Amino acid sequence: MNTRLRRTLPYAGLLIAGIAAPFLFPDYTFQFTVLWVMILFALTWDILGGQMGYNSLGNIAFFGVGMYICAVVQIGLYYDVAQYTASYGAVKVEFTAEQYFTGLAVGLIAAGLGAMVFSVILGWVVFGLRGPYFAIGTLGVALSAGELTGAWDYVGGGGGIALPIYPGEPDDRSLFFYALCFVLAMILFFLLRWIYLGRFGLAANAIRDDEEKAEGMGIHTMRYKTVGWAIAAFFLGISGALFGNMIGFIEPLEVAFPTVTFGLFMVVMCLLGGRGTLWGPVIGATLFHTFKEVTWTYLLGWQWVALGALIVVSVVFFQQGIVGWVKEKWPEKFGIAVDDRALAETEPDLDEAPSQRLRRQTEAAQ
Amino acid sequence: MSAMIECEGVTKAFGGIVANNEITLEVPEGRITGLIGPNGSGKTTLFNSIVGYHPVDAGSIKFEGREISDLRVQQIARLGLLRTFQQTRIYSKMNCVDNMLISVPHRTQTYRTMFSKYPPEVTERAEDLLEFVGLYEKRFLISGDLSFGQQKLLEFAMALMNEPRLLLLDEPTAGINPTLINGLIDRLRRATSELGVTLFVIEHNMPVIMGLADNIYCLANGRLLAHGPPEKIQNDQRVINAYLGAHYYLDSD
Repeated sequence: MNTRLRRTLPYAGLLIAGIAAPFLFPDYTFQFTVLWVMILFALTWDILGGQMGYNSLGNIAFFGVGMYICAVVQIGLYYDVAQYTASYGAVKVEFTAEQYFTGLAVGLIAAGLGAMVFSVILGWVVFGLRGPYFAIGTLGVALSAGELTGAWDYVGGGGGIALPIYPGEPDDRSLFFYALCFVLAMILFFLLRWIYLGRFGLAANAIRDDEEKAEGMGIHTMRYKTVGWAIAAFFLGISGALFGNMIGFIEPLEVAFPTVTFGLFMVVMCLLGGRGTLWGPVIGATLFHTFKEVTWTYLLGWQWVALGALIVVSVVFFQQGIVGWVKEKWPEKFGIAVDDRALAETEPDLDEAPSQRLRRQTEAAQ
Repeated sequence: MSAMIECEGVTKAFGGIVANNEITLEVPEGRITGLIGPNGSGKTTLFNSIVGYHPVDAGSIKFEGREISDLRVQQIARLGLLRTFQQTRIYSKMNCVDNMLISVPHRTQTYRTMFSKYPPEVTERAEDLLEFVGLYEKRFLISGDLSFGQQKLLEFAMALMNEPRLLLLDEPTAGINPTLINGLIDRLRRATSELGVTLFVIEHNMPVIMGLADNIYCLANGRLLAHGPPEKIQNDQRVINAYLGAHYYLDSD
């Protein structure tokens, strides 16, 4: 019971902190919302980057795709999108509260599913690439997605789209988006906790350690990679849709496909916290975001230098990340130890018990 | 005694080097078959051809009567034909139990089972097999931290976990401490007699393979040189010459 309580405690702590934060520090609600988006970034990147060893530099593309799909759905349900974007906000369009929430709900779902479909098609093309080629290939996809969107007049081109305005008080608005981002991050977190403990987690790690061996053992490697990326894309698509609506105005390069900022931050946050672990991305994102906001406030002018220094220090001294370092320092706390109890028993009788059980199992299987 | 593997005229060339030249051989079910030959004679190439690692240039390979030379590695593995590697390959950052669990047979896996947990009897079987190779106490250690010999034993146990019908072993005793070799040979024999796994074994250690195999094939320069029971191979002048590098003289005889 005691160990069980101790194991549940961090999860409960995370939930309580998430619920209490906007009420304890109402001035920082927007910052907390962005933090959950950062955690979503890190957790989704880690599915392939950490657990499977496929370092994608282009996951941000799913974020942008979701953002644009949601915007088009929200507007397209009630107006002509081409006309709306061509006016660059000159024509005032009003959305009623009902229209706003219906549009957002449909848009969020469409964003998730659309990004997912995009990831499956993309995965079919790029999963033939390994190592650095995969990283560069996906980076190219994200960069070109931004440029292509910028040249597409239907969605406003480089000028972007102004999204429908939230029908209510500004305070309610920030709480509303906080709640959505928090819930989304928690759904992903507990979903990942569940699938990492089962077959999916082991297959992902097997692909990371030796993909050729995994193929040789008959594991459906392509299937695991595709599904892993689809999960990442689904949640990133919805995050993008939410983030776009929080900002209120979206454009291709800075908001939807920020490859060199958010696109790289998601990698750095995982490296900092500990890739390939459940808590690493959460811890890394929290530290990274806090560090970034503090330096942006108190070290203005040097903020990018400070951020660069953090990245260098984490890559040079903490290659395993914080959680990985703790795991290496105290492996027995994570159950990595020789089984003393079994060792203390008399030399196991190799000829009797286990082999008989094995034979029985084999006969039953045939 | 039916043949599990039937190779007929298997040929594989890399550029100008013919690694396998019209190899025809049979691996009978329920037995241990050996494959020997000097370095570079094409043993591992033949293994790679059988498990679908590369396409063959000519010839046919049948597994339980079914043509497999046009299938991919994963499909062949799911049929129950598995190989271990000369340079041991395990999932080095996972612990031994996880290495075993992910090695369950994948022929019945669907999209739904991707997210399922392992039933207790699977974990039990994994632990039994770890005990079978003597790694039970170390089952929670990261497999990459084990000694080379132990990793080899783990890889063997992983292969058994996959419940193969036929297992191709590429030098199972290479790099294993001599005192452990007898234990390993005993496990190999029992894998066949108790678990019903047919073995096809590449081995350089002559006393080991002569004692283990029922039937031995010998390759030299990509061709099948001789085959027969161990006593016959042991006394075959062509085999002795091939190992001592005297087969050039043989040609001129």
